[in-house]
Amino acid sequence: MTSLLIPVDAYLVESLPTVWFGVVMFTLAMYVALDGMDFGIGMLYATRNDHDRETLLSAFGPIWDANEVWLVAFGTTLLAAFPAIYSRLLSERYLLAIAIVMALLMRGVAPELREQRDDPEWHRRCDQLFVFGSTVTPLLLGMLVGSWIFGTAAVSLPSLLTGVGLVALCLTSGAAFLAAKTSGQLSADMVRYGTLSTAAYLGGVVVLLAVVYWLDPANVRALLLTLPAAAVVLASVVFGVGGVAAARQGRHKLWFGAAFGLSFLLVGLVATLLYPTIYPASGLTIDAVVVSPLALNLTTILGLPVLLLVLWYFKFLYGTFAGPVDGEGYGT
Amino acid sequence: MIPAPDPVFSSVVQFAQTSLLLSPELASRAQFGWTISVHILFAALSIGLAPFIVYFTWKDVTSDEESYTRLREFWIKVFAVGFVMGTVTGIPMSFQFGTNFPQFAEAAGEMIGGPLAFEAKMAFFLEAVFLGVLLFGRERVSDRTYVLSSVLTGAGAWLSGFWILVVNAWMQTPQGFELIQRNGMEIAKLTDPIAAFFTPRMPWMYVHMINASVISVTLLVAGIAAYFVWQNRESKAWNTALRMAVVLLLITAPLQAIHGDAYGRHVADTQEQKFAAMEAHYESGQADLHLIAIPKSFDALTDPRTDNLFTISLPAVGSFLASGGDFSAEVVGLHEYDENPPVALVFWSFRAMVGLGFLFIGLALWGGNLLRQGKLRESTRYLQAMMLASPLGFVALLTGWYVTEIGRQPWVIQDVLKTNDAVSTTLTGAEATGTLVAFVVLYIALLTAFGFVLKWMIEGELERMGVREKDRSGRPRMPWVKGDD
Repeated sequence: MTSLLIPVDAYLVESLPTVWFGVVMFTLAMYVALDGMDFGIGMLYATRNDHDRETLLSAFGPIWDANEVWLVAFGTTLLAAFPAIYSRLLSERYLLAIAIVMALLMRGVAPELREQRDDPEWHRRCDQLFVFGSTVTPLLLGMLVGSWIFGTAAVSLPSLLTGVGLVALCLTSGAAFLAAKTSGQLSADMVRYGTLSTAAYLGGVVVLLAVVYWLDPANVRALLLTLPAAAVVLASVVFGVGGVAAARQGRHKLWFGAAFGLSFLLVGLVATLLYPTIYPASGLTIDAVVVSPLALNLTTILGLPVLLLVLWYFKFLYGTFAGPVDGEGYGT
Repeated sequence: MIPAPDPVFSSVVQFAQTSLLLSPELASRAQFGWTISVHILFAALSIGLAPFIVYFTWKDVTSDEESYTRLREFWIKVFAVGFVMGTVTGIPMSFQFGTNFPQFAEAAGEMIGGPLAFEAKMAFFLEAVFLGVLLFGRERVSDRTYVLSSVLTGAGAWLSGFWILVVNAWMQTPQGFELIQRNGMEIAKLTDPIAAFFTPRMPWMYVHMINASVISVTLLVAGIAAYFVWQNRESKAWNTALRMAVVLLLITAPLQAIHGDAYGRHVADTQEQKFAAMEAHYESGQADLHLIAIPKSFDALTDPRTDNLFTISLPAVGSFLASGGDFSAEVVGLHEYDENPPVALVFWSFRAMVGLGFLFIGLALWGGNLLRQGKLRESTRYLQAMMLASPLGFVALLTGWYVTEIGRQPWVIQDVLKTNDAVSTTLTGAEATGTLVAFVVLYIALLTAFGFVLKWMIEGELERMGVREKDRSGRPRMPWVKGDD
């Protein structure tokens, strides 16, 4: 009966495995762009006084949990389409993967616990946990992704540089979001920090690629010299510099768009370096590890339309909480 | 030249390796068991609170009763804190298949990957997005959209449970696949998605789990409401909540017992080894039903058998129940198997769950009788009993899960893949033990924090009711603050 509804022996379209590689990368990009912004807020939080901190938490409150779900979407999509890669990626970087979920846990509960109590000492402790979790998670996540694409051990020079790069990118996203959401000194400070972090990010990417070219782990060197990789790097420079230029003219929303684009470009670089070898450490290709046609067809028919619906939810959520924010929450 | 290792140092190292470190398999199982135990409490809280949230929100929006505003605000706050805890403890769950049981994830990827991805995309996003609206959007969206947000948040929780149980039920009664070789490994290839999603266990598990969650939360609501009524018998809001909880318990508690009885027969049909472990039935043959089992010696706690238990049993009724009507039916005993689950854990967990289930029916009937006489708020004894019983629903829920999950051992996928063969081959005992300890410490801190949040919320509500005053500094003291600050 199923064969009448869903093809059993052939993929719906021949390129379906590649499409799902794209979907996996899309969920990762959404996570890096959206929760990256939350990590940025969490790191910039350390630079603010108590009044501004309330403002930052008001901006963070309604959106962070939904943003974090993109990580689960990434993990489960990877499992649904390429279970062997999900298994290897996590089991071969055991301590790193466990450390990520623990750091995420600290980032998530700290602001929730903070608001339960009107006590400076309590606030101080929760704030420390929040800043710690917001800084360490992107660092470790970058290391995980870096060691994946460059086929290195969990801790290596390329993986560490990827982690540092991701931290700088998250700072940029967070600063752009806050610049658009706030005004006055706070907004001006965000432009200043965002300019510095963009410079650090672009510099970091150049250093990372130079190091990778020099070390050449898992034969990545040849891939770096291809047109797609060069185009992604060039586009990152354009988006980074253009974003900062927009920020300096007070066009904060445009800057935010550019920062969002930078996150997608980073994941675009990841995709370029992986495709079609999805696991460089052991040379596994997409075609070798993709699930059977029936399973992938089913995931396509049930999952892809829902993914579009999810994008609509996010439009609704961000639309509901559009506009400036202050310490009292969202103005009406 | 490398100096010879200090004999004291090397004996310490050896002691640590042999005595303190668990094997990767045991540590992984303990870690998964511990992290799911904590996560499931918050998942059940979301599922069970959903109908309360929808009801209070709807009443708040459609009526002018101030008491519904208070109930909505109080319980949405509990829901929100619980949801955050559920999210942060849920993310480790979605990655531990890969970190600790990669062979399972790879072998069962086609079967479990789809449902887990649907859970994230269809359910988790729905709950997270609309909870944001529910928490922060009262003034920003219309009444209609606000009520709809509460319904969608609740629907997300129930749908989440559906997809997770599709996965778990498949692990209990797997079907809809064939075993093939891929990349040098035997994996389950999906052949029939409808059979794989709607396994024989699925409807049993879903009804039992949803109802267990509702019972657990109803008892929590009843306990907290009983405390407030005990402190202020005139409180309109909390008398309403208490009455609602008693009525809901009158429906759900008996339903769970009736449903559980039939569910037990289904387990006997589909997982004979688990059923035998639930009854500590070692010799194949006619089985008695142990209504009450009391240990005669300490051995019975770790190794329950008929000769160390004092039991009140119905002869042959075990056979009758397992077969659905035949007193002489043969029930397979544990001696038939090379490897068995930890019988004591399964046997005693099962008894704890069933015993608590009957206790809840008793509490429901007692409360129903007081409600009929109009004496619910006056019965201090009943209010106190409900306060004591407030966490017990969650205890019953956990022990029920232990029966299901530990009872399935040594299999991770019944009769297909053993847990031992699913554990990561690259994982060391030191890594696995280390992360287990870290999870234990972290989650105890998390549970403690959640307990404090509930306590503070209850104190805040007491102050709001005017029952308790704040201290001189205008705020309750932190646990580490000593003397006057």
